[in-house]
Amino acid sequence: MTAEAKPMALPHTSEEEDPREHLMHDPLPREKMNNMVMEAMTTAPLEYKIVVGILALLVGVCLFGAWGYMTMTGIGLAGVRRPVFWGFFISTFVFWIGISHAGTFVSAILRVFKAEFRRPFTRAAELMTTFGLAAGAMYPLIHLGRVWVFYFMVPYPNQRGLWPNFRSPLVWDFIAITTYLLGSTMYLFMPLLPDLAMARDHSTGWRKFLYRILSLGWRGSETEWRHLRTAIKIFAWAIIPVMFSVHTIVSWDFAVSTTIGWHSTIFGPFFVAGAIFSGVSAVVMVLFIVRSSMVNMKYFIRPEHFDALGKLVLIFSMGWLYFYFNEYMVEWYGGDATSKEVWHYITQGPLSWLWLLMLVCNIAIPWLTLWNKKIRRTPWAMFIITFLVNVGMYIERYLLIPGELARNRIPFDWGDYAPRIEPIIAVGSISLFLLLYAIMSRVIPLIPVWEVQEGQMAHAMKRVGKAKVPVVTETE
Amino acid sequence: MNETVHDENVGKWTMVIDLDQCTGCQACVTACSMENNVAFVGEADAAYGRGMHWIRVVREWNGEMPDLTADFRPVMCQQCGEAPCEPVCPVFASTKSVPEQINLQVYNRCIGTRYCGNNCPYIARTFNWFDYERPEPLNFQLNPDVTVRSRGVMEKCTFCVQRIRRGEEDANAEGRPVHDGDVTPACAQACPAQAITFGDITDPESRVAKLARSARAERFLEEVGTEPRVIYLKGNGKVVREG
Repeated sequence: MTAEAKPMALPHTSEEEDPREHLMHDPLPREKMNNMVMEAMTTAPLEYKIVVGILALLVGVCLFGAWGYMTMTGIGLAGVRRPVFWGFFISTFVFWIGISHAGTFVSAILRVFKAEFRRPFTRAAELMTTFGLAAGAMYPLIHLGRVWVFYFMVPYPNQRGLWPNFRSPLVWDFIAITTYLLGSTMYLFMPLLPDLAMARDHSTGWRKFLYRILSLGWRGSETEWRHLRTAIKIFAWAIIPVMFSVHTIVSWDFAVSTTIGWHSTIFGPFFVAGAIFSGVSAVVMVLFIVRSSMVNMKYFIRPEHFDALGKLVLIFSMGWLYFYFNEYMVEWYGGDATSKEVWHYITQGPLSWLWLLMLVCNIAIPWLTLWNKKIRRTPWAMFIITFLVNVGMYIERYLLIPGELARNRIPFDWGDYAPRIEPIIAVGSISLFLLLYAIMSRVIPLIPVWEVQEGQMAHAMKRVGKAKVPVVTETE
Repeated sequence: MNETVHDENVGKWTMVIDLDQCTGCQACVTACSMENNVAFVGEADAAYGRGMHWIRVVREWNGEMPDLTADFRPVMCQQCGEAPCEPVCPVFASTKSVPEQINLQVYNRCIGTRYCGNNCPYIARTFNWFDYERPEPLNFQLNPDVTVRSRGVMEKCTFCVQRIRRGEEDANAEGRPVHDGDVTPACAQACPAQAITFGDITDPESRVAKLARSARAERFLEEVGTEPRVIYLKGNGKVVREG
């Protein structure tokens, strides 16, 4: 009967939980936070410099060196062959475009839905969008047979009167990715303005010069804030359909073809679900690295954030599985003989170990671990889980492209694909992403201080009867 | 034969291949490679699936092991009326040639996305993975009527478009229409069993028009909706009754 005497347990105030665990209920003065972020940005220990040096070397050798060599010699250095005309390169392209969805998802969607936990890491996620796109957008060029005439794809007026073929999904891709890159870069820049102005006021030397130019004369007047908030709101709403369209259009590269296994109407939402799944997982990985390698970050990025992102990863794992199951369901119901061969090749052929590994990484591991709040709140465990999710999502793209191309309607022309130079270039592009991220983490304030402060001002604890309840004031 | 081909895709130049007569001797493959300056990729690359042949003799196995018999089906670009390679090319390198009503590859427009190769249900397209050398004296056998392709571009059967143009020009010079038999692609010319016939299907008296009316006529992978211009005459007594 003692249980009845207790006050009703509210979700945020269970006995063992201190509200100060939440960043929003653990406020610090603005100046203190400014100094913490500035310190994180300007601290570059020797380990950081060594890592940047190694990454720069990898980018130089593995990406530009290998790509240059391939351009001089021929795309035959890659493992592609007839009938598998696309391989590792396009898989990696789809992977990076997927990663780039994280930023917009975390920043724009969580912003318009007013998910408060997003505040400290919106910028870290938006940077992933920009650099993920930068790494991904190189692949359509890398895989071209004649990259030196890539501009034939650009609609430019020319004496031959030739335009690109607007019926081709590759032209849609080109336009969609360019739109997304420009849109997301502007969306990254706008919330950055007040923080750049803060950095300008807290630095000297070349940094002051740089931030003075970048902050566009921001002074923090009421008019400026009003304009900025309106612009962010417009952009947040506008970038969401762009985000959904980009991966849908990437999926149409496959869905509009006649190739068995690709020819599917489910591909749009299937790709978007997969992209957000891998993207949110990548945000967790980046947050873990940022938290453990930069000073003062343990204050801003807390177990509660890993907890919230872990829930998202779990949900998107289920969403992805739904579409994945659906795709095979439809193919099975269609009963096409070639579809059965493709399905057989992937599940029981030489790639079946990859298929099983994908199921383990994408379904078994998140489902078995992410239900547990303790695991979700352990950053290193979350890093391992999300790393495996990304391995699984990479395998999914690999099975989808060279895997499904290996089997077709003419058994005489079946052929297995084995990558050759591709993994080296993939290492190079991963290094490019990490290098850009590592450099930018020391050039721009990685934590949007004004957003964190705004959140902290809006949050308070209110006494309701005997219980203390967290409350949020609407600020916008 | 399923008469669902749209009127505008009936085309003019048609090839009929009699599978009962094909012996699988590969003479068409050789002749095509000589005529069209198809590169030799070497043993290792050919074994890896990078052979550049524009035509290949596909084996279709019948029965269960060990009682197997093989049917042979020479497959090249089917010059589809609704070609899947055309809409996917971002730069119009894979395009319909209006006068001949066949599908051509514009080599110096191609940027090598290889999307057309993925989208071809007949796996008819080949890609120049490298610049392939022709050691002396092989360079002397290059056909001056056909472009030598550089690395990074797609290529495929053209129905020997250079021979079509030659036939038309010769007929023009003599002031007469093109007769049946004036144009013969290399594969048809080389076929010892005369399994391959080429001609103008719009002329009801041409050999191809007569063969196309056979009860054995079918189009390959017709269910994909590509409306191909190559007609196969089924072999092994696999006759479809008309009506």
